[in-house]
Amino acid sequence: MCLGIPGRIVAIDDRADPADPVLGTVDFAGLRRSVCLDFTPAAGIGDYVIVHVGFAISQIDEAEAAKTLAVLDAIPDVWETELGPEAAT
Amino acid sequence: MKYLDEYRDPALAVKLLAELHATATRPWAVMEVCGGQTHTLVRQGIDELLPAGIRMIHGPGCPVCVTPLEVIDKALAIAARPEVIFTSYGDMLRVPGSAGDLLGVRARGGDVRVVYTPLDAVRIARQHPDREVVFFAVGFETTAPANAMAVRYAADAGIGNFSVLVSHVLVPPAITALLDAPDNQVQGFLAAGHVCAVMGWTEYEPIAARYRVPIVVTGFEPLDLLEGILMAVRQLEQGRSEVENQYARAVRRTGNTAAQEVVRRVFRVTERNWRGIGPIPTSGLALAAEFSAYDADTRFATTGVRTEENPDCIAGAILRGTKLPTDCAAYGTRCTPRTPLGAPMVSAEGTCAAFHNSGRRPAPSTVEEIG
Repeated sequence: MCLGIPGRIVAIDDRADPADPVLGTVDFAGLRRSVCLDFTPAAGIGDYVIVHVGFAISQIDEAEAAKTLAVLDAIPDVWETELGPEAAT
Repeated sequence: MKYLDEYRDPALAVKLLAELHATATRPWAVMEVCGGQTHTLVRQGIDELLPAGIRMIHGPGCPVCVTPLEVIDKALAIAARPEVIFTSYGDMLRVPGSAGDLLGVRARGGDVRVVYTPLDAVRIARQHPDREVVFFAVGFETTAPANAMAVRYAADAGIGNFSVLVSHVLVPPAITALLDAPDNQVQGFLAAGHVCAVMGWTEYEPIAARYRVPIVVTGFEPLDLLEGILMAVRQLEQGRSEVENQYARAVRRTGNTAAQEVVRRVFRVTERNWRGIGPIPTSGLALAAEFSAYDADTRFATTGVRTEENPDCIAGAILRGTKLPTDCAAYGTRCTPRTPLGAPMVSAEGTCAAFHNSGRRPAPSTVEEIG
């Protein structure tokens, strides 16, 4: 659960209450997950972030995201571990 | 998921390797701390391409591997309770405790659920006010902010049926403990890039200065690792001991301050027992007093759990970097990813699993074996 996966923010949700977490939708190579964006307040739609256990922790550029994804792809079970069982290919 | 070609630049790799060969004039031992980095090194065979004498020691940077046995046993005891919905990251489910694992608890009727974020556990608690929802909060600095935030949200929302079994570990004190060990062989470190994305590298600076060890913040792609190793070896050859950042694209010196802030608020630093290594002062996080009501350990009174490690497993020596998986008599026979004796064979980030998945075999030790 510790590797982190880069993905692209495709939506940021409206919040009912300002105390609620800032949630958005992040696209991981076609698989979409709800992600908390509280730790990357400067990241907007279209930006790439590294996501750990459902939280974006760092913003990166697209080219670096692609490189990191390719390496992760070579690690067995990493998608399933990081994104849930339906991410298994 | 294979929508990208694997990122490789052979020309650059050859250049980095050539420079490494030109730089290294004597033997050096460098530890990569992160399990993801171990996986890349072993899978790509990078450790076998290095100049003779440059040795990579595989460190304890696998959160699944270092979670202590007594915490696994507590998780098993809590998960077996009928009123509990036990939630966890998926890679903790097959970690063997003294008697079985969380998958076994689920097979016997326990309500054990995999979540990919701790916020899902909070949502489950909201959906099931008649049940107790427990989240297994493990990991290094990378997962601590998320788990802290889940506790804070539950507290803010007044969700009383949510609690966390906390076993967080911190990297810098573990590095210090390894350097203090009488059998330490490590002369330089590759620090885990994503841990530093959260914590930055300021905590490493006094360690590098005090122990005179280079520490290079490094990513986990093959070229990252080659460059990180080169930077560490260059420092060793020049007699320097600084913190350098190879992973500048994702890591800044001060890290992610918003993430650090929630960790400081929800957790407090404590001594933590590392599986296979033992207790390390100030190397863990526990809930701060303000959030103690969310502590599953006290809520379910798990004291008195008796632990029993498998005597055939040499996980401790693996995690300290003093032995290789292939040194273990059980490796690949009685211990495989399908039938793990210890945590380093369970986790995708574990050294034993990295060796096994890459087909590493023990060196023949007898004439008969050599054949």
